[in-house]
Amino acid sequence: MLNNAIRLNSTTTNLQVIREFVADNARTAGFGDDVVYKIELAVDEACTNVIKHSYKNDPSKELSVSISWDGKKLTVEITDSGLPFDPAAYHQPDLGAFIKQRKRGGLGLHLIRSLMDEVRYGRNNEKNQIVLIKELKNQ
Amino acid sequence: MSNFTIEIREDRSIKVLDLAGYLDAHNSNELEEKLSELIHSGHLKIVVNFKNLNYIASAGLGVFMAYIEDVREKEGDIKLCEMSDKVYTVFDLLGFPVLYDITRTESEAFEKFNA
Repeated sequence: MLNNAIRLNSTTTNLQVIREFVADNARTAGFGDDVVYKIELAVDEACTNVIKHSYKNDPSKELSVSISWDGKKLTVEITDSGLPFDPAAYHQPDLGAFIKQRKRGGLGLHLIRSLMDEVRYGRNNEKNQIVLIKELKNQ
Repeated sequence: MSNFTIEIREDRSIKVLDLAGYLDAHNSNELEEKLSELIHSGHLKIVVNFKNLNYIASAGLGVFMAYIEDVREKEGDIKLCEMSDKVYTVFDLLGFPVLYDITRTESEAFEKFNA
């Protein structure tokens, strides 16, 4: 059983710190390297979205990442108090069209959904919360 | 200290970018600047070697999305090679192998320019 959390300023400098925190905990839970990489990447993408979109690159804001492990599944919760996020606005990305438009982004959410077993969004008390779940059996 | 580096070399008029370390939303602008400089100075045959890249997030992939069309319109290309399985998985999940030349070795990437 495991339950850890970190709270950090909303800056891309901290993505590395977040990845290391996630990787250490996922390894402790017993996930193999390939799955640790996937969890790290999904959390990195979710935090990048918070930093860029919820907080519009304002480093004075804070985001928190908490991890719990119940022996079967690892749950990562990312919480921010920035602009609301609308998961209904998500569309499956069309890479061919993005390239024609010289678009640089829009792939993060798709990646998160591809990498994790379950992804949930919530907004409570003016806070966004994204919950990412990976089960150990699915590695 | 940066945990991401880019070295540029030239081989038979093709520019090769050697990426190393961890490429994420924090440092993807470094890659964007280097790539944009090359393209704007007329270097349109580019090979990106991922051999020493340990990690890539979608912000890194976004850089290749932003420039590929301009380069191809001028009859150049950006070819990607020597990815680890982990890094390749990210490109694969996002559909890149259909739209980009991704080769196992650097010499295969060079051959594709000469084909």
